[in-house]
Amino acid sequence: MKRHLLEAADLDRADATLVLDTAAQIDAALAGREVKKLPTLRGRTVVNLFFEDSTRTRISFELAAKRLSADVINFSAKGSSVSKGESLKDTALTLEAMGSDAIVVRHQASGAPHRLATWVRGSVVNAGDGTHEHPTQALLDAYTIRHRLGRLEGVRVAVVGDVLHSRVARSNVRLLHTLGAEVTLVAPPTLLPVGVGSWPAEVSYDLDAVLPKADVVMMLRVQAERMNASYFPSAREYSRRYGLDGRRMGALGDDAIVMHPGPMNRGMEIAAEVADSVRSTIVEQVGNGVSVRMAVLYLLLGGNT
Amino acid sequence: MSELASSGRQQSRMTYLITGARPCGEDAADILVEDGRIAAVGEGLSAPGAEVLDAAGLVVLPGLVDLHTHLREPGREDAETVETGSRAAALGGYTAVHAMANTDPVADTAGVVEQVWRLGEQAGLVDVVPVGAVTVGLRGDRLAELGAMADSAARVRVFSDDGHCVSDPALMRRALEYVKALDGVVAQHAEEPRLTVGAQMHEGDRSARLGLTGWPAAAEEAIIARDVLLAGHVGARLHVCHVSTAGSVEILRWAKSRGVQVTAEVTPHHLLLTDECAEGYDPVFKVNPPLRTDADVEALRAGLAEGVIDAVATDHAPHAVEDKETEWASARPGMLGLEQALSVVVATMVETGLLDWRGVADRMSVRPAAIGRLDGHGRPLAPGEPANLLLLDPGRRAVVDPAALASRSRNSPYAGRELPGRVVHTFLRGVPTVLDGKAQR
Repeated sequence: MKRHLLEAADLDRADATLVLDTAAQIDAALAGREVKKLPTLRGRTVVNLFFEDSTRTRISFELAAKRLSADVINFSAKGSSVSKGESLKDTALTLEAMGSDAIVVRHQASGAPHRLATWVRGSVVNAGDGTHEHPTQALLDAYTIRHRLGRLEGVRVAVVGDVLHSRVARSNVRLLHTLGAEVTLVAPPTLLPVGVGSWPAEVSYDLDAVLPKADVVMMLRVQAERMNASYFPSAREYSRRYGLDGRRMGALGDDAIVMHPGPMNRGMEIAAEVADSVRSTIVEQVGNGVSVRMAVLYLLLGGNT
Repeated sequence: MSELASSGRQQSRMTYLITGARPCGEDAADILVEDGRIAAVGEGLSAPGAEVLDAAGLVVLPGLVDLHTHLREPGREDAETVETGSRAAALGGYTAVHAMANTDPVADTAGVVEQVWRLGEQAGLVDVVPVGAVTVGLRGDRLAELGAMADSAARVRVFSDDGHCVSDPALMRRALEYVKALDGVVAQHAEEPRLTVGAQMHEGDRSARLGLTGWPAAAEEAIIARDVLLAGHVGARLHVCHVSTAGSVEILRWAKSRGVQVTAEVTPHHLLLTDECAEGYDPVFKVNPPLRTDADVEALRAGLAEGVIDAVATDHAPHAVEDKETEWASARPGMLGLEQALSVVVATMVETGLLDWRGVADRMSVRPAAIGRLDGHGRPLAPGEPANLLLLDPGRRAVVDPAALASRSRNSPYAGRELPGRVVHTFLRGVPTVLDGKAQR
């Protein structure tokens, strides 16, 4: 493993598999235990540095660190940058001086974790940077797929929605490709980046054509505000063409699963009947997120001590 | 008058005999500099009492002229001043620089352009030629008093809202027409603003992967296409700033073939660097227009060699540390250029065989001087001409150390890179501004 987890490309197949296997071991070790806590990172300090609101991701990392007995500091620094006060670098050096061993960072600017990693000695974990990546989300998604379907090699994954602005999509395309899955991106052309052709993924504009062949359908959150910038004409038209409703779910194979990184826009990209169906792994993903993040922190901080 | 200025006047009375230099890379000759002018060029010159500079092996070129420099004064003297920028320019072999108008206050009145011009006179290292804003406050809604700036002591001939595009087509048309009466030129920052909202880097494979909002080539090309049509229609001069794409070169070639009075510049960084530099998210490589692809770099070099692109202009853009040592999206765009421009041209154009030294003189001195209507610059190395010249050691290679730069800022994209060519001496009207690589003020 590298010292930092900044993007999915930091993980080769062996590393990525190690994270998933470690998460599985942690799950097994904690299963049925009343005290869900391991002593592994006792005395180590993990800082959750969040420049952007994300209660669920922060809580997930916090729980992961606490279950490994690390000391956790939550540093919420909404609105960064020079104009609004302390710079990212000064914040990083302050945290470093306080003895942080790992910084889990969420930032609205793509690449902020990369900059951070050049300024601190400890490990940096990217918890979502702008429209770039969210590697632990991809790891928990891969973990969930492997848990449900028993494998990743050759699994056909459709990633549907606002790929252009999605860090979840970027991380998943890279990681799932590394792990041998076949990814198809499905979106209106306006929500696919120019240059998507260079990604290790197929591209389709037609959800109905993709669904029958998919083992996994991963729905991305689509913000209704995007229609104001003419990415699509209306929420209704988007939903009609790219939303996953009960009828479309019927086109899926028997074992196919439906995923969503949350938070969902019910009725927009995903219908309630789909989100609450047995195919849905949405709640499971949340639980798996804690295990996978424990595995990441363990491997970055504790694995070599 | 400051002490410096008066000592400068004394120096100007000195006579220099430069021996064995190669004018524009041709056969070695001696050059006698007297009373601010080139007194003689030839073999075996002698001049009793003259200061002799042994220039064997050095290439002598007419002093470089930059059409595009940000000196930051007034307003951001922490990033650069007219004096520090002038020093950087002299060390880069420049004898004249055009100071862009996006200062604070904006150079949109005779008062501000005269202030910048006077600061340049006081620094005395290069001729600082102010650029006037096209529109009031660079806001793009009404014309600034272009005539007042042209008639001022600063004698403004180049007008630009650089940093902003004059995007309103009707206003651009009026600006092009109006400056005809001033023998002026509008230097357009070609960027369709609606296509570059939030743009951070070249739009392509890398922006898709890095998750940085793309700046499409079409946003530049669309404006250039529109503007050459307008310039042709009204019979005005148009200059295009920092051309960055292969498509722009095509459009310029087409326009020139139709007789449109259009000129264009390319920056050193667009001749050398690509969007690959954005990997790692170090904002020292963030610039507007952005670094593009290998194919664009190749087309820009070819366009410059062919003359479709007339000039190399630095777009020297100093920024304080806190404006660059940050996350990519918050950083200001722009990079230093004055001190390495000639070296980059040597690396990308001379060592590749695309331009000879005469070509370098043409693209970095003769044509930019003509575009800016600067009478005393870009002149032949001949008796009677103003002694604005530089001597370059073309074989000398050095690794760029930002801490050693004369600019007040450190945002050089060439840090750690080995580049060829060292400016040894620079003369401004017979006065050495740089001797042995050291600024004389």
